[in-house]
Amino acid sequence: MGTTDVEAVWRIESARIVAALTRFTGDFGLAEDAAQEAVAEALVSWPLASPANPAGWLMATARRRAIDAIRRRTALQERYALLSADPGAGPSVDEEIDPDGIDDGVLALMFISCHPVLSPEARVALTLRVVGGLSSEEIARAFLVPVPTVQARITRAKKTIAAAGVPFELPPAAERRERLGGVLSVIYVIFTEGSTATSGDRLLRPDVAYEAIRLARTLAALQPAEPEVHGLLALCELTAARFPARTGPDGSPVLLEDQDRRRWDFSAIRRGLAALAKASPRGLGPYGLQAAIAAAHASAPSVEATDWDRIVVLYEALGRVAPSPVVELNRAVAVAMASGPAPALAIVDELIAADRLPGSHLVPTVRGELLARLGRRPEARAELELAARLCANQRERSVLLRKAAALG
Amino acid sequence: MPKYMLIMRGTDESNAAMMASIEEGIARTRVFIEEMMKAGVLLGAEGLDDPGKGAVVDFSGEVPVVTDGPYGETKELFGGFFLLDVASKQEAIEWAKRVPATPGSKIEVRRVPEEDEVPQDSTVQP
Repeated sequence: MGTTDVEAVWRIESARIVAALTRFTGDFGLAEDAAQEAVAEALVSWPLASPANPAGWLMATARRRAIDAIRRRTALQERYALLSADPGAGPSVDEEIDPDGIDDGVLALMFISCHPVLSPEARVALTLRVVGGLSSEEIARAFLVPVPTVQARITRAKKTIAAAGVPFELPPAAERRERLGGVLSVIYVIFTEGSTATSGDRLLRPDVAYEAIRLARTLAALQPAEPEVHGLLALCELTAARFPARTGPDGSPVLLEDQDRRRWDFSAIRRGLAALAKASPRGLGPYGLQAAIAAAHASAPSVEATDWDRIVVLYEALGRVAPSPVVELNRAVAVAMASGPAPALAIVDELIAADRLPGSHLVPTVRGELLARLGRRPEARAELELAARLCANQRERSVLLRKAAALG
Repeated sequence: MPKYMLIMRGTDESNAAMMASIEEGIARTRVFIEEMMKAGVLLGAEGLDDPGKGAVVDFSGEVPVVTDGPYGETKELFGGFFLLDVASKQEAIEWAKRVPATPGSKIEVRRVPEEDEVPQDSTVQP
């Protein structure tokens, strides 16, 4: 077995092993270290002799490393007489790992990785590492940051969790909904990095978006009664369904109105619509509403045949449950399609007057488009040039400059 | 990301062995399916009925010829599939190894090519 085989087994086993070891040792950081040691050992020994049961081998090896670490720690504590040793304290090293409760363990792992004491970057890195089973190298590649940065984030995150005394358990009922929202937002941050890369020369990074979809599917399987989990999964599936049509052969972005809808992934659309159906037993939440908007696009044969009135209503609802200037801006775009550019421009100008999205390239992008449709070409051109200056994605920037130039 | 189909191929013997303890087989398959769902990789799965109850439409001649029953002389017959959305071919193989298949059966691991496999991504996956 080679490196890719070890990685493949690790992908499948990582969350279960780290969760079981955390239960076993009561120490998340120690469990994660032990699991990583087991992977490192597998990378060395599997190419020489593949184990009959790779998953069992990883679990047993990780468990052994955890026990070693506990012994080392105990020895250290005894040596320095920091603890008037009570050998009965702490986990029994011979205790068998409970095969039940694996699902709760994986879920607890998601909650701890997305804990509010961690920085947003640490939550993303930790979730991909322990729940997704990605290596630091893979995470670094996904987020276009150096490997040591990812390693430092993970190390710091483990220390923070230990220092804050975050327990490895499902959050109490009163906090559950809010904490679940935290997990959803981490998954969505990962997805958006894949669907609209914030930096670099590529607009789409389907490999990154895939990790988010996979996490969302896991969460939907573990928390089937939570509508917003299905809402997020639906949103990701429906958005990813458009990926094949969203970039041209040269990698430049293709706007929704210009996309060849025959290239959309209809299997993904079906999966998205099925998830959306599960998201709305008691009315849609913020992710469900965004998914419903994506579904309205996915179900339309063309821009003209899109139910823009419905999309405006959905954006209004979204603006009420999750008010944000980006939602307002999107509502403006939908209003432009439903009722024309003039009322849409009024919404954008209100946003500007209130300075709700300072420094964003999106406001001048939309304003430029609306001004162009109103025939106010010099103003439109100035707005699009401003948008290009503010835009961090090279692909998007060149499209903006092309449009500005076309306005003469 | 790459999608793979795990194609179940059974022989008369392996199919008979499966039918002999069908309830256990169904229970184990259900557990396996749940495991794949919880890993976020399962897109679909179907199992097929007895090939003897099917029919074959043969396009060798000028017009399609229909015969009842199983497909020709093939020793291994397609019995069902799992459709997976995985990170790599190795992961698909790893899942295939975990299928609760009966002795004598085989699983073919085949990639589903996708529209969105744009050239810029060709280096991402082996």
